[in-house]
Amino acid sequence: MSRPADNRAQFRPEDHPNDSFLLTTVVGSYPKPKWLNRADDLVDDPDSKFSEENLKEAHDDAARVITHEHERCGLDTVVDGEVRRNEMVEYFAERIDGYEFNGPVKVWGHNYFDKPSVSAEVAYDEPWLVDEFEFTNNVASKPVKVPITGPYTLGNWAFNEAYDTEEELVYELADLVNIEIERLVDAGAQYIQIDEPALATTPDDHAIVGEALDRIVSGIDEDVRIGLHVCYGDYSRIYPELNDYPVDEVDLELCNGNYEQIDVFSEPEFVPDLALGVVDVHTAEVEPVDEIKENIKQGLKIVPPERLTISPDCGVKLLPRDVAYGKMENMVEATRQVEAELDSGEIDLEEPVPTAD
Amino acid sequence: MTERVATTTGLLPLPDPAKEELSDLKGHQKGDLISGTESEEIASAYAEYRREVIDDQQAAGLDRITEGQLRWDDMLAHPLTTHENVDPNGIVRYYDNNNFYRDPQVRGDLDFSGDVAEELETASETIDDPAASLQAVLPGPYSLFDLATDEHYGDDAEFFGAIADFLAGEVEAFPAHKTLTLHEPSLVENPPNEDLVERLADAVDTVASETDSDVVVHTYFGALDETTYAHLMDADVEALGFDLVAGDREDTLSNITEFGTKDAAALGIADGQNTLVESADTLNERVEWFEDQIPVQEFDRLYLSTNTEPFYLPVNKHLAKLEAIAAAAGNVDQEVTA
Repeated sequence: MSRPADNRAQFRPEDHPNDSFLLTTVVGSYPKPKWLNRADDLVDDPDSKFSEENLKEAHDDAARVITHEHERCGLDTVVDGEVRRNEMVEYFAERIDGYEFNGPVKVWGHNYFDKPSVSAEVAYDEPWLVDEFEFTNNVASKPVKVPITGPYTLGNWAFNEAYDTEEELVYELADLVNIEIERLVDAGAQYIQIDEPALATTPDDHAIVGEALDRIVSGIDEDVRIGLHVCYGDYSRIYPELNDYPVDEVDLELCNGNYEQIDVFSEPEFVPDLALGVVDVHTAEVEPVDEIKENIKQGLKIVPPERLTISPDCGVKLLPRDVAYGKMENMVEATRQVEAELDSGEIDLEEPVPTAD
Repeated sequence: MTERVATTTGLLPLPDPAKEELSDLKGHQKGDLISGTESEEIASAYAEYRREVIDDQQAAGLDRITEGQLRWDDMLAHPLTTHENVDPNGIVRYYDNNNFYRDPQVRGDLDFSGDVAEELETASETIDDPAASLQAVLPGPYSLFDLATDEHYGDDAEFFGAIADFLAGEVEAFPAHKTLTLHEPSLVENPPNEDLVERLADAVDTVASETDSDVVVHTYFGALDETTYAHLMDADVEALGFDLVAGDREDTLSNITEFGTKDAAALGIADGQNTLVESADTLNERVEWFEDQIPVQEFDRLYLSTNTEPFYLPVNKHLAKLEAIAAAAGNVDQEVTA
């Protein structure tokens, strides 16, 4: 069962212009400012005077810039663009006891991944994201969402040397994610997103992800909004099973496939809130507002407006920065227009997407 | 007395300095990957690293030496993605792994290429006594058929036959070699349908008959189904290869019990997809377990290697596994650590 929670109202801005409220958010990553990549390189250069302290300052500056960039787009909830994170598994593996790095492995062509090995039992050591959250929360005027790579992906995208089964490793990691979320909540976080891209490629493991989520949310107050993001894949293989996940919201990448899979979710009824990807992160053209509005209406076929969250398909870090900004800005504008049309009755919820004649 | 032969499956990880150097030389986009017509500078970089991985294998004490297949950007699909009548198009997933290769879309006749023979020629110049130790590596005809997309032949049976003929032509051009390993993971992952399975042994024979060397058809990612196994047994090759790391290895044993196997076998005893380095003792136990389960047969020869291609591994763990395999074959002593 999904968590019996209605925790989205806390993210509604006081000056929200419409009666209807579709929560706007992002999946997390954002193009890093080019100077930050230079700074990352400089700190490794023995001939440079650029220090770790300088790099921390650069990260702080970048986090501030991207958080404010999100706010300027008009998003209801913001992220720092994950500018401090190098990669979604490596960043966490560096902070969890039990992981080691042995060198890069091939993904395709000359693209490599520093795939870590779990060579001993995993344990919680230093906080992963509390500092990142506190900094962003201090500079943001909007509520901050915290994306965390989920335990299934942290386990599946590593070599497992220490546990008899990957499943066992995943559950141990889930307990560590639970500890981290408790600390984030203590620090004031109210919106957490678990990222499980690995589920898209191995959907048969949906029950392991479900059990891991049970552990992740254990003891977490229902006032804290817990989302799950799953990248593009064959969603029919995880639906309706995902209706049993103990999360408030599931974020799906559907724009990329032109909503061909949207009907997967119409039967049985979608239980959690739906966070719908409405802009494609694999095309470098900014979708016009009208096009995004039609995409939003696809979501209204599945859930009512009070359960619909609007987001890009996935992290936008591979896009040019101006394109990423343009997509977010148009996404928010389209959302506000849809809300107004819902208020005025212009959009008929019985038939939200007009059929072509 | 069973001879133990320490070897690899080929498709070795690129040495770490090569990863960056070749990436910088070639570029990062899919159009920059190996096409078979690379510049002199790129070719000489590969030649240098080919020498390095040959030295690594010889130093580790292996009995068979592969040229490493470092140029195979598209893994097993390489012999097609370098063919002039093939369009290496979209990026597609490589089996059930988080790896991707360019989909080879076959748009014309699969005539002779010579790409792999050329690699083997340069390797022969480096390897000590190539006729006694060089191991050539190719995708098996079914796996290459399964990994490719036909935009030319229009009929599965014809396309499968054309792929077998193509591979046979490549083998014919090979320099002297001791062993030819044909990779057939698709026989496990996506077994042939009723029609194609009937053609399987002939397709393998088409390729194998072009060489006088010992031919090994290696399978991995699990056990073969009974029908596929029974048909593969009809192929005239020296050995079939089995994945003894996979969880369903009991199914492999029951295939062998039911349908028999060749006088030699290739055993995937070290995990090519996990950094945990098995000790020589552990590997030896796996070999003995296999031999104990097949009491009616004493093998002439057992080839020992990782189950899968080792390119999934970081270089340090790959090299450690080579040493353990050589030790399990009795070629070198390995200090046993607890």
